[in-house]
Amino acid sequence: MNWIGNNLPLIGERTLDHIAITAPVILLSFLISVPIGWVANRFTASRGIVLSASGVFYAIPSLPLFVALPVILGTGLRSPVNVTIGLTLYGIALMVRSTADGLASVDPDVTQSATAMGFSDSSRFWRVELPLAGPVLLAGLRVVSVSTVSLATVVAVLGVPTLGLFFTDGVERNILGEIWAGIVMTIVIALVFDVIIVQLGRLLMPWTRSSSAAVSRPGRRTRVVAPV
Amino acid sequence: MFTAGKGRRVAIGAVVVGAVIALSGCASGDPLADENSSSDGETLVVGSQQYYSNEIVAEIYSQALENAGYTIDRQFQIGAREVYLPEVEEGNIDVFPEYTGSLLQALDPSVTSGTSDEVYSQLVEALPEELSVLDPAEASDQNSWTVTQAFADQYDLTDIASLSNVTEPITVGGNSELQTRPYGPDALQELYGVTVAGFTAVEDSGGPLTVKALVDNTIQLTNIYTASPLIEANDLIALEDPDGLFLPDNIVPVVSDKVDADATDILNEISAALSAEDLVSMNAESVDEQKSSEEIATAWLTENDLLG
Amino acid sequence: MNLLFEGFAWIFDPAHHGGDEGIGTRILQHLGITLVVMVIASLIAIPLGYLIGHTGRGRSVVVALSGGVRALPTLGVISLIALSVGIGFTAPVIALVILAIPSILAGAYSGFEAVDRRTIDAARAVGMTEGQIVTRVEVPLGLPLLIGGLRSATLQVIATATLADYVGAGGLGRYIFSGQATNDYPQMLAGSILVIMLALVSEALFSLLQRSLVPAGVVAAEQRQPDGETSGGPTRKSGPRRSLIAGARR
Repeated sequence: MNWIGNNLPLIGERTLDHIAITAPVILLSFLISVPIGWVANRFTASRGIVLSASGVFYAIPSLPLFVALPVILGTGLRSPVNVTIGLTLYGIALMVRSTADGLASVDPDVTQSATAMGFSDSSRFWRVELPLAGPVLLAGLRVVSVSTVSLATVVAVLGVPTLGLFFTDGVERNILGEIWAGIVMTIVIALVFDVIIVQLGRLLMPWTRSSSAAVSRPGRRTRVVAPV
Repeated sequence: MFTAGKGRRVAIGAVVVGAVIALSGCASGDPLADENSSSDGETLVVGSQQYYSNEIVAEIYSQALENAGYTIDRQFQIGAREVYLPEVEEGNIDVFPEYTGSLLQALDPSVTSGTSDEVYSQLVEALPEELSVLDPAEASDQNSWTVTQAFADQYDLTDIASLSNVTEPITVGGNSELQTRPYGPDALQELYGVTVAGFTAVEDSGGPLTVKALVDNTIQLTNIYTASPLIEANDLIALEDPDGLFLPDNIVPVVSDKVDADATDILNEISAALSAEDLVSMNAESVDEQKSSEEIATAWLTENDLLG
Repeated sequence: MNLLFEGFAWIFDPAHHGGDEGIGTRILQHLGITLVVMVIASLIAIPLGYLIGHTGRGRSVVVALSGGVRALPTLGVISLIALSVGIGFTAPVIALVILAIPSILAGAYSGFEAVDRRTIDAARAVGMTEGQIVTRVEVPLGLPLLIGGLRSATLQVIATATLADYVGAGGLGRYIFSGQATNDYPQMLAGSILVIMLALVSEALFSLLQRSLVPAGVVAAEQRQPDGETSGGPTRKSGPRRSLIAGARR
């Protein structure tokens, strides 16, 4: 394991590279998924199609996608645009379902009351549906975050520096410490992102704080909504 | 998917990707394009494959050039040849350690044999106008058919042709593309009458997984690069290749026209000093002693008095 | 689009169909790995998930562990395991089982948790034993969520089993590795298309299964009160699941 001790600066550098690639992807996946999820949820016909499509999209093996994308986009294989778009597509595939589910979890009685109180469609969405869907969105975002951080190791084969380089190099040189460093730092980043997302969620949705334990529990999530 | 750049050395269709990138033209807003605006000395971008041995050579180039006052931007561990070659051709990378035979085959897939000198002169011809190769080193890192010492002893194996002595079914293992390479199982059958019973893919380019499979006798024959320290460490025998089944793969710097006469001299001095044994022992330092490429490069340059 | 067409052309080329290297063999290998992985993962995760769901204990530990496991890069894990056990089926099977467990586990315990406590109290009140509550109430009512978990795990395993070829276990990943190495994009796309088709078939089968296994009363409730599956956290990208008990809403 002396490899780790001798290469701490390198580990730090690759960790920062990894964060620089994944953080924007997680944010983009979230921002793009909200409108898609809204459409999926708004129209019954589109729901099944959008959700099935996003589920199957996630089954696309990642390496071919990263190689095929530049052909479609006209970017270089190593271009940050290629990698960001590829990872974001997977993020969206995961997040759309959560968004649609979150919006669907809002009690129709609540939305009807909001309408009755004179909310316009858009203000009802921003001030009632979106906040109430928040806990489910948050849970979805956590999954997107973890999966993006893990998936970003794959782009190392394209020559984009991420923690994945420790796997390729570690396997070639038969240095187990290097492989472990890659695995452990990937998990550490995922955990740190998770903590940040959960804290942000508490900040933005103070009403869930008392029952935050229930946030990720499907069976009780609906009850988080009810008392509001 | 995490395969060594070196393993994907012979990128038959690099041209395909090249064409795609060429089509995309300037759209590919490359991050490395303009980084030399403020510095006094010329900034040279040095690249390397996703292969530790190649990275060591790239690091040697970098340190020697830095020592001479050049500013170096290191772009190491760029994936396989199909990823970096288009970028080298575009002029985004100025210095890249390459292997004569594999690069030639990537540029011109029709070439299948030749001596070191022949391959080198064909390579000079095949390179696009804006690129050139400097002097090749003695050091080479080429494909080989490799067996365990025990297997070689059992069937009295010395060169590739002697594989026909083997009476048990031979399973070949290696990167999946090995199966279709011009020197692959079909060539063994056609040229030497060696029957291959099966093929098992192990996609780590002759790395530890492949070696383990060979030592475990899951496979009996594989392709390992001759400079790999795993050959000595595991008592493996790289079968001799008197007929030139494999193209010679001498290390050679591929450079852009930004590399001036002084830099050319420096790189040529390195090639003149880089022996086959040096490469194997540096690879061993990287694998066995887990030394970083910086350390190994500095030690080699100091030893050869190239940092003066 | 042209490239996509070439991918399909590669698949329909009869030269690629039979034999040891043919599409048929590769699909069988791929499905074989998937099946073995799903059976082993289910045997581990379902009982454990039921235990957690029924007792309500150990949940937070398991959730934290599952999160960590999800972040594990499968290829790193396969490489590490293969370096000790050698090439072949073992390493990818272990790595994929690790990958599949969190989704199945989450499906199992969240299925139990989704059962309204009042339903369970009612079951207890009519004199059911704990065992009967598990087998006659919690298991059937939790089934849709469990199948949802199995569904997403299967999808993940099918997609990730492409890595099995990295250590000599074959499967459709061969076309992807081989195609990438030789810049044979049609072959690589063909491999991807076949993986996606397997994923589609699995999705279709699971959606049939989900429909046929949901208890009749729950279906009625679902129709009366369509409620989003509230996946997110523990279970990801599983099929449309619905709130199980009408009463859970109010």
